[in-house]
Parts: sequence; C-alpha cells; structure tokens
Amino acid sequence: MPAEAARAAAETAARASYGRLLAFLAARSRDVAGAEDALSDAFRTALERWPEHGVPDRPEAWLLVAARRNLIHSARHGRVRAAAAETLRLAADEAAAGAGDDPTIFPDERLKLLFICAHPAIAESVRAPLMLQTVLGLDAARIASAFLVAPAAMGQRLVRAKAKIRDAGIAFEVPGPEMLAGRLHAVLEAIYAAYGSGWDDPTGLDPRRHDLAGEAIWLAQLIVELLPAEPEAKGLLALMLHCEARRPARRGPDGAFVPLTEQETGLWSRPMIEAAERALAGAAALHRLGPFQLEAAIQSAHAQRAVTGRTDWAAIADLYEGLAAIDPSAGVLVGRAVAIAEKGGPAAGLAALDDVPSVAAYQPYWAVRADLLRRLGRGAEARAAYTRAIGLSEDPAVRDFLGRRSAALG
Amino acid sequence: MQYIILAYEDPTAFETRTDPARQPAYYAAWMAYAGALREAGVLEGGRGLQPPQSATTVRLPNGKRQVQDGPFADSKEQLGGFFIIDVPDLDTALDWAARCPAAANGAIEVRPTMPPMPQA
Repeated sequence: MPAEAARAAAETAARASYGRLLAFLAARSRDVAGAEDALSDAFRTALERWPEHGVPDRPEAWLLVAARRNLIHSARHGRVRAAAAETLRLAADEAAAGAGDDPTIFPDERLKLLFICAHPAIAESVRAPLMLQTVLGLDAARIASAFLVAPAAMGQRLVRAKAKIRDAGIAFEVPGPEMLAGRLHAVLEAIYAAYGSGWDDPTGLDPRRHDLAGEAIWLAQLIVELLPAEPEAKGLLALMLHCEARRPARRGPDGAFVPLTEQETGLWSRPMIEAAERALAGAAALHRLGPFQLEAAIQSAHAQRAVTGRTDWAAIADLYEGLAAIDPSAGVLVGRAVAIAEKGGPAAGLAALDDVPSVAAYQPYWAVRADLLRRLGRGAEARAAYTRAIGLSEDPAVRDFLGRRSAALG
Repeated sequence: MQYIILAYEDPTAFETRTDPARQPAYYAAWMAYAGALREAGVLEGGRGLQPPQSATTVRLPNGKRQVQDGPFADSKEQLGGFFIIDVPDLDTALDWAARCPAAANGAIEVRPTMPPMPQA
C-alpha cells in the first residue's frame, strides 16, 4: 500500500476517533498528558507499519490496542505515577476487551472530557485551547495562532492545565443536575471563545479569524447530541450557525468589508439559517431561557431581514436589555447601544454607550461611537473616534471601511 | 513589562510611502495606530524609519572597517519602524502587534526589552 494512502487512512482515523480514544483512555487514568503520549505513539506506529502491512479493517480498534500497549509500557517504566498504573492497566484491558470485535463498543467519554476542560479549577483562558487539543487533537501551534498567544506560552499553559487535572484529581464525570447548568455554561463559553477567537464584534459584523469556526460548531453539535435536554447548548449552536450563515456576505466582490446591516441577504446560507432556527426552536421548547438563547434570538431577528426586508430593532433592543441584565459585558453593552440608536435615534445610542466600561483598547466601542457622532453631525468628534477605531483594528478591510466613512465626513 | 514592537514592512509598503495616490491612507493608518497606543496609555516611544535603501551597514571584521550600502539583513521584509510599549504581559503585547498596520502584509516581531543600563 502506498505511504500516501496509509497516511491518509491514519489521518482519517485520527480526525474521526482521536477525541473518543483520548477521552476513553484519560477518563480511566485521569492522566490526559499520559493518554495523549500513548495515543500519539500509537498513531506514529500506525504511520510506520500501515504502508507495509496494510491498513487494518478497524483502524480505531488497532489504535486503541496500540495505545493500551504504550500505557502499560509507561506504567512499567515508572513514567506514570504508581497510583495510576493499576487504573491504566484496567483501562487498557477494558479497552482491549471492548475493541475486540466491535470498535464502537467502548463508551463515548467526550462529554466528561469537555467538562474537565472547562472545570472551575482550570484557568478560563486555557479552557478552549484544552478542548481543541484533547477532543479534536489540534496541535498547540495552531491553537496558539488562533488565540494570538505565543506558541511556547500556549504549550506551557496546556501542560500546566493537564498536570493540574492529574494532580488535583479532578473527577472525570458529568456534573449532577444541581451543578449542570453552571458547569455547562463554562463549557459553552469555551466553545464560543474558540468560535470567536479574535472576533470581538458584538453586532455580528465580521469574524476575522475563522480558522476554528468549523471546529467550534462541531463541538456544539456534539454537546447538543450528548445533552439533548439542555437549551443553552442548542442556543449556542443556533448563535454560531446564524453568524456562520453570513460568511459569504461579509466581503464585497472587491474584498471590501460589508457591515451586517448592508449585507446582501441573498448571499446568506439558507440551509444554515434553517438549521439555526431549528436549534433555537428546540431550545425554546425546553422553557429555560439563558444568555446564549438570547444572543441567538438577536441573530435570528437579524436573519429575518432576508424574509421581511427590514430589521426589527425594537425587538433586538428588548433582547439586548434582557441580555445586559444577565451579562453586562462590553460586547453586549455596545450591541445594546447600537440597537437603542436604531430604535430611538443616535443621541439615545450615544448615551447608552456611556455605560460601557474599560474601552481604551476596545475597537467596537470606538467604531460605534464614531458612527453615532457622524449621524449627529458632530464631525470633528466623529473623525477622532474613527481614527481611534482605525488604530485598534486588526483587519485591513475594516480599517479601509472606517477610513472611507471618516473621509466622507468632508 | 516593556516590549518593543518591530514592524517589518514588505517592499510594496515602502513604495506606498511615496505613491501620491496611496500615501495618505498609508500614513493615516500608522497615525491612527500610534494614536490608539497613546490614548490607551501604553506608548513609551517609537519612530518610523527611512526606507531600507537609505541604510548603511558597518562591520569591523578583524579590526578592518567594512562599510556597505543597504540594510544588514537581506530579506524581503525590512524594518520600517518600531514602538516601545508598556503593557502587563506578552498576550497584551501580541494584541497590539496584531493591530499594527504592517502585520497584514509584513511581520511584527515582539520582544521584551532589557532593564535600562544603570546611570554612571
């Protein structure tokens, strides 16, 4: 078999089953790093052997057996703590037994792994990176780039987080009913952070770094499948699908930035909007409102423009009031000010902007402020705010857009 | 922590500086960036540099003077300017580096500075 095909088979197996294999091994050993090492050795061996001996019928089972061998080896050579050794041996036996005839027989422990990654004992900034690495097998360098963190620093943070999971004995379990909502919120926030890595735009204008968007949506879908009775998971999925549906409309044919309110609705993805609406309706049927459902409802209201040709800003302003009461973050408050301006005029919007805290380096605040001052005819102040927004922009297309608006002030 | 933001620009950027059509937007972006650094209270200093062909490189191999026209490094991207900023950590410094106008088509190198030399 050619090396290319073997490599492709190994990579397909990796994408499809990495998270399941890792979660299964780590849930038993509580040693995420040890399980990762065992698995990566197994994948390496596969790449060496498969070209010669052919790809096995069930690559996932093969990888599990190989990882099991590596875990036992590590335990024997003291590279795994003594206390963990016995657990590992049991895990490996269990894995091998399960993998014997049917590779899919071993239980799916990914939900436990997701809850571990977003555990309160794990620093908030490392939760999303940890999920992407453990459940999806992304490498630290790619994660670091998406989160705009130095690769070495990201590597260290991930190592520290895994040591904490092992040393603190954080339990691999799905929290009980009384804890579930709060703990799930942390999981969903981390997934949303992955989706929006680099995207700090509350009005849903433009995700600049969309590398991880697909991965984040995949994780949300996984949670919706595993926890079908949780409305906030469906809310998050709906929110991200609505944002994702607009991707083709976010740039003009010449690459110019197009704000949400000026987007060609015909370019929005109908299937994605429909999927988002289905998820949101499913969430609503569970009758427990939460912040992600509110955010999704705001995006759903924007999506209505494709049908009605207009935006119901009064409804959006109401939704933002509800959201700001739960989560008065800068992003939400700027979005609320935009809705108030559209509903009640730019002066009202400008007054609402004053509620936004710590704005010195927050681009959306200055972009919105500039726009409201422009509409109030306060040219000099608008120009200063545009300049500030331009200086804080990362995307050259956004910089150009704001520059054109500023120049048009005359 | 003090960091230096070294802005490496591509040849097009250096050409843009003297192109009457594109020059205003180019300088406006840099002015806005420097302004945002200043307004956020993190700017300690900085300068734009004349283009690389204005550089002169001096070496003293074995005590023998060697003077060359042009910049030290023979790379596509060349140092076009720098900022010194004071921010809490590297993550924040990288946020500012990403906003630098040279980031899209050039490269930004971020380095912590050493403590100032003791005064004699």
